Amino acid sequence: MANLHPNSGDPKVTYEYRRKKHAEEMRMQVITFTMMIFFTVIAFAAVGAGFSKWFIVPFVLLLAVVQVIFQLYYFMHMSHKGHEAPQLFMYSGVIVGFVTILAFVTIIWW
Amino acid sequence: MAAEQKFTPQTWPESPEQATLEGKNKFLGFWFFLGGETVLFASLFATYLALKDSVPSDTHAKAADLFELPLVFLMTMLLLTSSLTSVFAMYHMKNYNFKKMQQWLFITVALGLGFLGCEIYEFNHYYHEFEHKFTSSAFGSAFYTLVGFHGGHVVFGLSWIIALMIRNAKRGLTLYNAPKFYLASLYWHFIDVVWVFIFTVVYLMGMVG
Repeated sequence: MANLHPNSGDPKVTYEYRRKKHAEEMRMQVITFTMMIFFTVIAFAAVGAGFSKWFIVPFVLLLAVVQVIFQLYYFMHMSHKGHEAPQLFMYSGVIVGFVTILAFVTIIWW
Repeated sequence: MAAEQKFTPQTWPESPEQATLEGKNKFLGFWFFLGGETVLFASLFATYLALKDSVPSDTHAKAADLFELPLVFLMTMLLLTSSLTSVFAMYHMKNYNFKKMQQWLFITVALGLGFLGCEIYEFNHYYHEFEHKFTSSAFGSAFYTLVGFHGGHVVFGLSWIIALMIRNAKRGLTLYNAPKFYLASLYWHFIDVVWVFIFTVVYLMGMVG
């Protein structure tokens, strides 16, 4: 398999290489999905088990953030090359959104 | 590369969604839109958090009285699975397998409709069993605006995918419609991103008070 290189110039080899790469990526997606299901089940179980509020809130928020990172970087391919602009847009949105939420949960009832 | 050119799996480009200038522009524009959507939903979340459980009297139901975990868990599983099936659809799109892409999109739509059905049942249940209405309290307004906006996105996403499936049913994959399918799937994933925060912030955190 040494000549299965994307830049070999042989269209047949390039084609097989790409098919293989897509299949590998799909396996990664299924693993990602399994982990997301796992995190969801843990989050619901933590609430169902009735732990203290001070444990549950940060715990489920952390699980949500990890899940969303999986979703963005694997399902929405933000980990791929050529996604600099999407990262700029999303992180700008997240910063503005975070400040908004922070303001509303802290100073609005003062 | 002309947009209407016919391809084979061998000649289909590596990133068909960005192979044309139009595709590149759509890709950039759509991510910019998603950045804006992030801010939109953040402001709705902020409003919900500020007004959560703000009810005029004790006769009104609060978050912990309303929510039931099994239904929310079912809805989460439906939407999360539909996110995976749309990844499968894009996998077949990149391999130039139009038929399988359509099949996976069909499953995605079916799961999305299942989610929507659950949400309609849920709102109906709150309205009739708990008198939890849009106009009954600040909490009610904030809740229905946030969760309803997400439900509206689901409706729009489903209509979008169905429209693409029907419009291109006999046309097959081209560089003209590949970006359209790709962006619809991105939108669908974004709906799931928002739902992850809804089930966490609204339902799970609502249950613990």
